[in-house]
Amino acid sequence: MSEYDLEVENLVRDFAAFRAVDHVNFKVEKGSFFSILGPSGCGKTTLLRMIAGFLEPNAGDIRIRNESVLGVPPNLRPVNLIFQHLSLFPMMDVKENISFGLKRRKIPQSTIDKQVDSILERVGLPEYGQKKINQLSGGQKQRVAIARALVLEPSILLLDEPLGALDLKLREQMKIELKKLQQQVGTTFVYITHDQSEALVMSDQVAVMDKGAFEQIDTPKNLYAHPKTGFVANFIGENNSFDATVSSSDPFRVKINSDMEFNARAMTGLSTGAECQLYIRPESIVINPLQNEPMNKFSVTVKNVLFDGANTKLLATIGDTGQEIMAALPQDKRFDHIQPGERLNVGVYDDACTCF
Amino acid sequence: MIRSLPSGKTYRYGYLLYVSFFYLFLFSPLLITCVLAFNDSNFPGLPWEGFTLDWFFADEQYRTGVFHDDRNLSALWVSLQTAIAVSLLSLILGTMAAFLFEQERFPFKQPLFFLSLTPLVIPGVILGISILLASNTAGLYFEEHWGIDIEILRPSFWLVVLGQMSFISTFVMLVVSARLKKFDPALEEAALNLGATRPEVIRLITIPYLKPALIGAGSVAFLMSFENFNTTLFLIGSDTTLPVSLYLQVRDGSTPLINAIAFILIVSTSLLALINLLASQRHKDE
Amino acid sequence: MPYAGRLTLYFFLTPVLLWLFLLIVIPHIDLFVISMQVENDDGDMVWSLLNYQAFFEEKIYWMTFVRTALYAILTTLLTFIITFPVAFYITKVLSIKYSGFFTILLLVPFWVSELVRIYGWMILLRESGVFNHFLLQLGLIDVPIEMLYNDISMVMGLVYTSMLFMVVPLISSLEGLDDSLIEAAYDLGASKPVIFAKIVIPYILPGITSGSIVVFMLTLGNYLTPNLMGGKNSLWFTEQIYNEFIASFNWNQGAAFGFLLLVLSTFIIWLGLKLTRQNLSRALS
Repeated sequence: MSEYDLEVENLVRDFAAFRAVDHVNFKVEKGSFFSILGPSGCGKTTLLRMIAGFLEPNAGDIRIRNESVLGVPPNLRPVNLIFQHLSLFPMMDVKENISFGLKRRKIPQSTIDKQVDSILERVGLPEYGQKKINQLSGGQKQRVAIARALVLEPSILLLDEPLGALDLKLREQMKIELKKLQQQVGTTFVYITHDQSEALVMSDQVAVMDKGAFEQIDTPKNLYAHPKTGFVANFIGENNSFDATVSSSDPFRVKINSDMEFNARAMTGLSTGAECQLYIRPESIVINPLQNEPMNKFSVTVKNVLFDGANTKLLATIGDTGQEIMAALPQDKRFDHIQPGERLNVGVYDDACTCF
Repeated sequence: MIRSLPSGKTYRYGYLLYVSFFYLFLFSPLLITCVLAFNDSNFPGLPWEGFTLDWFFADEQYRTGVFHDDRNLSALWVSLQTAIAVSLLSLILGTMAAFLFEQERFPFKQPLFFLSLTPLVIPGVILGISILLASNTAGLYFEEHWGIDIEILRPSFWLVVLGQMSFISTFVMLVVSARLKKFDPALEEAALNLGATRPEVIRLITIPYLKPALIGAGSVAFLMSFENFNTTLFLIGSDTTLPVSLYLQVRDGSTPLINAIAFILIVSTSLLALINLLASQRHKDE
Repeated sequence: MPYAGRLTLYFFLTPVLLWLFLLIVIPHIDLFVISMQVENDDGDMVWSLLNYQAFFEEKIYWMTFVRTALYAILTTLLTFIITFPVAFYITKVLSIKYSGFFTILLLVPFWVSELVRIYGWMILLRESGVFNHFLLQLGLIDVPIEMLYNDISMVMGLVYTSMLFMVVPLISSLEGLDDSLIEAAYDLGASKPVIFAKIVIPYILPGITSGSIVVFMLTLGNYLTPNLMGGKNSLWFTEQIYNEFIASFNWNQGAAFGFLLLVLSTFIIWLGLKLTRQNLSRALS
């Protein structure tokens, strides 16, 4: 008996000459929240549609609870999909929408009534059964769509960017609700999105996808702290990136702008003299570091303060080079005096400088 | 100019006057026809001789009301049968054409689509005569070569049905296509994902979604068929439809009996129109 | 859909092909074939151009043809001129609260049979009609005037009959015209005529084209209105066709007339589409 609800092996899908999904492998643990994160056009929707059964792969295998579902039509697969635009049936009311799948299974009406009532209760919409779809708010529609799929007790619930259509405030709220709901029902969720915050907040595991292939599968925290590729470093969170040359490999040091040396961490095997990219996160830059703290220190000239509440950033140039760098500017009154043109000392810890 | 922009008094009132005249122009022939259906006179005109229902219910030698006039009643019956047959058949054919051109891919799709639009720009008279000629040619051919007489190829009820179908189907196709274009295929996928089979998807999702368009197209098809004159004229056999029968009566002089029939037609079609418009209004936001 | 196989295609394609070929293509080919034949002395059909020759040699035939074409164009123009202000009023001037109601009111009469509407005009306009009755009562005239059975009454009837097919596309394209475009033009100092000529008309041109095509085609093929409201001498080309088919029973001649009418309507519609840079499928949907 395997621990996994979904196993995908060497999956390939081509559209004419274009390879949309390129040898993808992953396993999703029972009851976990798994996200596939990637920019639009990276192939994540194609991957999802293959799992749902709307597309057949060119090669590879999809196993749900240890059984291959290749060739099984979508209406017979034990997975349900929350569509991007939810696709609630406008000609039916809430109850008819939710009981749609149960009716297809020829379940007696009295059982259906009970199940619909209990799922509505669970998603926090009791008494909403008779409402028309166009009477619901965005968040309520969301919950009805989830109820419609969950009532069928699928092995896996697939979600295709269902929060994309909501406004910002509601999206923040639904993120938390979705996570709570998933923990409560214990169903395996496979969630695809291009929004990293959605993926990071909700998921147990996140797969970062680019150009049809997986770059890294890891916990949200590891993706942020230990990105394995440059793409992941760039895509997850914000990053300053610099062209650098390896000046020594033990201790690992890189040079930028031919004269500035940084102690850094090599994420891949890089030998002396190799060209690489140096990444420094804005939030890892410390302004006015203590004198005796062991870290990379350099001075910058402030160009601008980009005020954005808790996300306020400092745009500066390194030394006199004109090379731009972003640093987080904590809004705790300490740095309110900073003005454009000012020269500042900044520092960054060695292991916050990553190289690929 | 428009609601939000200022405009002069003369312009405003002048415009209002024009539009009022237009509506008067629009309704006066219908109103006068209705009013004169109740005039107690043997001639459809003024002066007003008093109110009567004779032109509906009388059964005398010189005054026969609609409900006792066999000629018009049987023509009405023929028209109703034709309209029911035509609207049902066109609804099926037009919907299939809409599905064909909206959802299928096949060679020569564009030219075929173009061809399917042409019946709307071919004058009805020409559709009538060309179908008459072709059915006659085919009928002669079958008789000469096989010695069989095919009833349907001679001017008859079914030839009228075919003739009207030939262009009413195009109309149905356009109405259904317009709605089908707005259909989100994800709804069908959602139903499949929830366990529905293909036939169930069509029955439970696609058809209910198309329902307003089907009702609208069906009722307009019914009226187009019921009122058709140009195409029908050349294809009818011994059973005349109401418009043809009325035409022959109007051409040879008129009695208030025609007003009474017109009154019934005006009231019933207006009701049908209103129901149809209200129904389409109600479905607009779905 | 990935599951819709060839079977679905043939299921939809077969009836559509039967419809288009049996009821449209073959009958029109037959129309042409028959128009190219005459009956010889032995009663056999032979190929000949005599039917077309008769059309060009007989003045009454081609005069009626030209007359019909010109009056159909005139009717189309008049229909546009009369209905455009109304469509504009309903969509842009009238308060939004009422515009729905007045649109419905506008459509209702056109659901009623053409024959009934023509009949209404006949009892209004004829010598013993309602107008004459009022004019006599008011003492404006001493003897009743015949207002029916002339070209003016005929054109009026044709305009009345076809207004719907102009007003509906006009209203729907005007509804698509954003008020702010007109406001912007006004704000930039444009006068009313300029706003109409540069903003409104160009925007609704597709609507005008589709309305005009349908009105023109229906007028050209109209039989009832010219027959019942036009004068005894004001022949309409469809009446010629009718005469050949029903009265003279010369189907070959009638087929030639029918074919000529088809060519004329196709040509004018094609010209209209070319001049306004439209195509048929856009104009009709």
